[in-house]
Amino acid sequence: MKSEASMEHSAEPVLQVKGITKQFPGVLANDHIDLDLRKGEIHALLGENGAGKSTLMNIIYGLYQPDEGEIWVNGRQVVMHSPNDAIKHGIGMVHQHFMLIPVFTVAENIMLGSETVKKGVLDRRGVARRVRELSHQYGLDVDPDALVSDLPVGLQQRVEIVKALYRQADILILDEPTAVLTPQEADDLFRIMRELAAQGISIIFISHKLKEVLKISDRITVLRGGRVVGTTRPQETDQAHLAAMMVGREVILQVEKSEARPGDKVLEIQNLNVFDDRGVRVVNDLSLELYAGEVLGIAGVQGNGQSELVEALTGLRHIHGGRVLIQGRDVTNKPPRAITEVGTAHIPEDRQKFGLVLSYPVTDNLVLCTYYLSPFARRGVLNFRAIDENGRRLVEKFDVRTPSPYVVASKLSGGNQQKVIVARELSRPIRLIIANQPTRGLDVGSIEYIHREVIDMRDQGCAVLLVSAELDEIMALSDRIAVMFGGRIVSILPAARADRETLGLMMAGVEVGHPEPVQAVT
Amino acid sequence: MDLRRFGFILLIIVILIGVVVLVGGKTVPAGTIIASMLATTISVATPLTLGAISGIFCERAGVVNIGIEGMMLAAAFFGWFAAILCNSIWKMPAMPSLLIGVVIAILTGGLMGLLHAVLSVTYKVDQIIGGTVINILAVGITGFLNRQLFFEKGSIFGGQVPHAPGVLPRLPIPILADLPVVGVIFRQQPIAILAVVAVAVTHFVLFFTRWGLRTRAVGEHPRAADTVGINVIRVRYANVIIGGMVAGLAGAYFTLESVPSFEPLMTNGRGFISLAAMIFGNWSPVGAWMAALVFGAAQALQINLQFFRQQIPPAWAFLQQAYVVGLIPYILTMIILTGIIGRTTPPAADGVAYEK
Amino acid sequence: MIEPVQSTVWQKLEPILSAAAVPLLAVLTAMLVGAIIIFIAGGNPLDAYWGLLEGAFGSARAISETTVWATPYIFAGLAVSVAFKGGLFNIGAEGQLALGAVASAWVGYALPDLLGLNLPAWIHLPLAVGAGMLAGAIWGAIPGWLKAKTGAHEVINTIMLNYIALNLTSFLLNGPMQDPNPLNVIARTPLIAEGARMPPIFPGYRLHWGFVLALLVALLIWWVLNKTTLGFEIRTVGANPNAARYAGVNVARTIVISMTLSGILAGLAGAIEVTGLNYRHELGFSIGYGFDAIAIALLGKTNPLGVVIAALLFGAMRNGATRMQFLTQIPTDIISVIQALILLFVAADAIIRWLYRIKVGEEKLVLTRGWGG
Repeated sequence: MKSEASMEHSAEPVLQVKGITKQFPGVLANDHIDLDLRKGEIHALLGENGAGKSTLMNIIYGLYQPDEGEIWVNGRQVVMHSPNDAIKHGIGMVHQHFMLIPVFTVAENIMLGSETVKKGVLDRRGVARRVRELSHQYGLDVDPDALVSDLPVGLQQRVEIVKALYRQADILILDEPTAVLTPQEADDLFRIMRELAAQGISIIFISHKLKEVLKISDRITVLRGGRVVGTTRPQETDQAHLAAMMVGREVILQVEKSEARPGDKVLEIQNLNVFDDRGVRVVNDLSLELYAGEVLGIAGVQGNGQSELVEALTGLRHIHGGRVLIQGRDVTNKPPRAITEVGTAHIPEDRQKFGLVLSYPVTDNLVLCTYYLSPFARRGVLNFRAIDENGRRLVEKFDVRTPSPYVVASKLSGGNQQKVIVARELSRPIRLIIANQPTRGLDVGSIEYIHREVIDMRDQGCAVLLVSAELDEIMALSDRIAVMFGGRIVSILPAARADRETLGLMMAGVEVGHPEPVQAVT
Repeated sequence: MDLRRFGFILLIIVILIGVVVLVGGKTVPAGTIIASMLATTISVATPLTLGAISGIFCERAGVVNIGIEGMMLAAAFFGWFAAILCNSIWKMPAMPSLLIGVVIAILTGGLMGLLHAVLSVTYKVDQIIGGTVINILAVGITGFLNRQLFFEKGSIFGGQVPHAPGVLPRLPIPILADLPVVGVIFRQQPIAILAVVAVAVTHFVLFFTRWGLRTRAVGEHPRAADTVGINVIRVRYANVIIGGMVAGLAGAYFTLESVPSFEPLMTNGRGFISLAAMIFGNWSPVGAWMAALVFGAAQALQINLQFFRQQIPPAWAFLQQAYVVGLIPYILTMIILTGIIGRTTPPAADGVAYEK
Repeated sequence: MIEPVQSTVWQKLEPILSAAAVPLLAVLTAMLVGAIIIFIAGGNPLDAYWGLLEGAFGSARAISETTVWATPYIFAGLAVSVAFKGGLFNIGAEGQLALGAVASAWVGYALPDLLGLNLPAWIHLPLAVGAGMLAGAIWGAIPGWLKAKTGAHEVINTIMLNYIALNLTSFLLNGPMQDPNPLNVIARTPLIAEGARMPPIFPGYRLHWGFVLALLVALLIWWVLNKTTLGFEIRTVGANPNAARYAGVNVARTIVISMTLSGILAGLAGAIEVTGLNYRHELGFSIGYGFDAIAIALLGKTNPLGVVIAALLFGAMRNGATRMQFLTQIPTDIISVIQALILLFVAADAIIRWLYRIKVGEEKLVLTRGWGG
């Protein structure tokens, strides 16, 4: 728990923004925002995706310029033209997607931009020495000579923190820091944050996760639609209250669903072995069974082989050992089209990279996987009347918000792009749905819609394999939950018997006493 | 550089030298042949080395530059033109004219580098198209000016190509040049020497200085560099212009060091082969230099075989044909690109325009 | 409710006009800059351009010559466009064209002797043209296969193959395929047989049926790219190879097909030149077509109709240049400079938009994804 010392903060804020406004084409990202940060405080900035949190932080860090508003640091007004200015005023930022160069060492990454030079040559040794000092002072434990690409995610994040401290930051901005951590690594991070705060570093930490915000912060400011909704303290609020502030209405944190009624076996994975692009084995002798009419959620921190597993199941990655059977047919190492043709739908992890051709109209995207089949094509010639008719029908049925079905997909919002993919995948005759991070980066309305669709398909007898890094989503949707760690399934349990703490430990590879792995829920 | 790559390079060079030794070994001692081959190799590898260095500067900062060929050609022409202007019209003696020519060549390269930077970095034109534009522009302008200025009556030179002031003289390296047999290797012309120096300097700059660290950062992860306050645009501009200047020096080799005249299209694909050398050397200066030496050796083979025209056994006569030996660099390049000899890792952000 | 799209004449015309605006202005601006260069180099731009115009369109013969020049440009421009659509940069049109010409010429002059028969035109001509297409197909398939199998970037490979083709052609035309006529001293093949020659459309003029074929092929390519499943696959691989894989397209096979198709078209360019115009292949006649083709493809926005128009423009410039040089002594090389400038302004269309205050709106043509190591 927090120490008493950090509760007393000096009256003068170390950082204050007044009336910050920022307009992007088509969206008012920040609307006259006021915020202040006290010395040694951990101040959470809460809001859902698109609320304007990152934009505000990027303005404070000098990456964007505000259209209106002022920034005050330690009682003096400042203007940030670039990150250099922010750094000069003692502000450091740890981005959600790390700004580290994989082929450089830790020391090289840390000194980049603030290099010390001796007689024209980089002073690598001096920098390494300073890194070890800082590392020791704050309990961060980083090795300056290690190659960043060799470091696990949790350590890479610490390198980012040292990078800020190296430049004498006393204000730290952390952007969604726990997005890539296990619950245990997140706790480690919180310990470090408290240590930093106790030594006088002031921290703003951006999140959309209610539980952790309540656990760690001294104050919480909620943003919605670019505006500040309110500032409160953990003692004065709770999850439901915060959620309501974030969304502006009562949010159903749980999806309503009836009991699962599992049928025959749809998917069987036997001793699967898959390697990643670097030749490392990331799916390790994995076995799994999935039945019609149930949702099997695969919980796990990203980077434990889930992406490669999904790619292997959908024909996008080579399987080096083991078998995959869909409805009894062996589809091991068959091309993506063959797997689609046995009735599989794949909602990919990266919708813009894999799921859509952004320069194609929505109608073409809706037949992306079926363009060669009748009625969309006959003997190699495309039938645009059928394609367009199909497009109009699906856009209406799935409520895709677009001025017209002939508009190019790049013009749609993230949520609507995902709806296009869902519409395409779920309107074929299918028995198996493989959904990988299906609601990443979407607004609440779209998330609710997609969750509903998944449950509907389950009720119609589909088998659903859901892979998600959001534990809440897994727990809300799944009938059974499988935890994946180090390329293996370490445990499968019925959702009713799963709780966050146990799952968190299993996601981190800790052996937890549990009942025999359950094959199907009865 | 890994063993496989190094071994392959060594093997090819040994084979190429070996062929000449086999052919001419009866009339001339093997040692002399080997030394001569090495000397010629270093000399003809000069434009390839400099071209590869040029490519390295650009690509390490994240900008693909296939316009090196055009930059060399334009620099060759304008450098030569400046030298002739100084020598024939302004009556300056040969050496200063040649030196001014070199300077003009470098500046021409730098200007074309600037053009490439403007297209690729500011206007975010597809970088390969931008490089193609530079190549076509160079061919067009040099062809046009060459004819207009030298072959048309009424032009400044009155329709005759004036006497060129020769080529840059050889600079023997003290002591080493006096060694028996191998001394010939150390009697090179200035640009050839500069090429080798450039390899060392580039290696030092890239891996030991602040400039190099920032350049490589921009080429690997420009956004990360941006967030620590590095001006990505400025770094890219600077490196591409320097790359252009180095390509300009390569151009000067053609008309001020190799032969004292200009022919349209005289670069003959050397700019593209430089890119292959750069890729094979895995974007490192020393690696690229070694690859350039291989290509140089192939050319040296053809040149040195001329001396032994009489001794070539009839079965090997086809080697003499320019077509055959001339094909070696191109085919080698294609083999290298398949990655059979070793995988290559370009800078991660190579070829991608930076969007703020 | 989704509104049905209103369709008036203007709304049908408007997208075509706005698509054509930038290329048109690019050409105009390039000619302006060209005029400045001519002026600095001591010539009179107005005389030069008048000569150009007169040479290109000033008489029936001029127009005939312009279309004759345009014919290989259409094929070559289509070749590069098809590759672009598939996400590939085919700089090798030059080599594919040269080998297409050589193969075509060989069938044209050597086949009757080889078989000991006199081949009638309806067999011989298609065989000659087909040989050109085959040669181009092979020369295009090689870099395509290398890219699909090893990831080797097609830019350098096609350039290397250009030089190899050049060397090969040089060897053949100076050696085994050289015209044995004692009066001949240059590197060229003998004349091809009568039966292998493409007839002219109007007697007395050089305009031949190859031009009509070019237009038909352009139409065919448009149809294939936009109306068939193959075209869909090619375009999808070009637009987003990851999504293409996900969609079940065999990306490697499609890459090879795109490059082969591109090679066929370039080979056709060479074959038509031999069978329709020169009735032989001469070393050096086809230098520069490769880069011109790139400019034409980009100017025509990789759209077959645009390519035809762009090819006619380039044909007009090349044809008119000879007359310009005759009248004003300005070297024809200035055309290369102008064409390079056109390419520059088309590629960096932001410059044109800024100069003429045109609104932004276009997708960018991005082909470079690095070397792909």
